[in-house]
Amino acid sequence: MKARQGDHAAFEELVRVTYVDAYNLAYRLTGDEDDARDVVQDAYLRAFRGLKRFRGEAQFTTWLYRITANCAASSLGKRARHRHDVLEDDEDIVDLSARVDPAEQADRGAVRDRVKAALAELPPRLRAVVVLRDVYDLSHEAIATELGITESAAKVRLHRARRKLRERLYPIPGEDERDARHAV
Amino acid sequence: MQCEDVANLLPGVGDGSVTLRGSARWHVDRCLRCQTELVQYRKVLRSLRTLRTEFLEPAPGLLADILATIAESGERHAVRQLLSGRRAAYFGGIAAATAAGAAGVVVLASMSRRSRFRVAS
Ligand SMILES: [Zn+2]
Repeated sequence: MKARQGDHAAFEELVRVTYVDAYNLAYRLTGDEDDARDVVQDAYLRAFRGLKRFRGEAQFTTWLYRITANCAASSLGKRARHRHDVLEDDEDIVDLSARVDPAEQADRGAVRDRVKAALAELPPRLRAVVVLRDVYDLSHEAIATELGITESAAKVRLHRARRKLRERLYPIPGEDERDARHAV
Repeated sequence: MQCEDVANLLPGVGDGSVTLRGSARWHVDRCLRCQTELVQYRKVLRSLRTLRTEFLEPAPGLLADILATIAESGERHAVRQLLSGRRAAYFGGIAAATAAGAAGVVVLASMSRRSRFRVAS
């Protein structure tokens, strides 16, 4: 690849064709437009500096996703040091579904919007894993490496995230009093 | 075996990363509640995958910012090379010409920083 040889112009072209994608990943990981901009700039800078280490057998986008995930994790880590509650795994998901039947609404085709809302409400540590695995198809190994956790921790978080998403989208009638009120 | 005993396995069944065996499979095959959960997990997975093709357009200026950051980094690298070269050149008696070159790059780098902040605001 031309860009591997440090060719500025070739790298610029790669940036042009991938930056919207990278921004979207960063936004989904951080949940904040300003943070996503910073993360993407940081990621491209690191990609540019590390081009020599880029192994040609991987897709550039996969490599870029990994760097973006790593930068986002650092960014969230920094933010969490100021707001120590952000990374709590057991943080409750805010209920946005007070007066609608989520399952019924989901079946009407609004499920994608509801998934996005549910994702946004996940604790960042769980959201990162489910976004990287289920949306961007990164391997458990890649996710574990970039987030600085073990593969088994990545899998546990993934399952926990999926479970929270499912419970958020399809609360089982009778599981708690609020849901019981909507049960037929 | 109860639903609670297999609940932690179900999130992995939908994408095939977990295969149910033995009593867990026996239970899930016969339990409407667990079957329902499996369908829900598959729906969640399908929805997550569709997000991959949905793009939020970044605010204008991001591309310019990224390119400026990279250019600036390249310029800093060039300045470092020039400055280290200048030390060697000083002893060789051609310091003046190299210093002028380095000053030019410094001006370029600071212009790039200004443009980045302008674009970002
Ligand atoms: Zn069951």
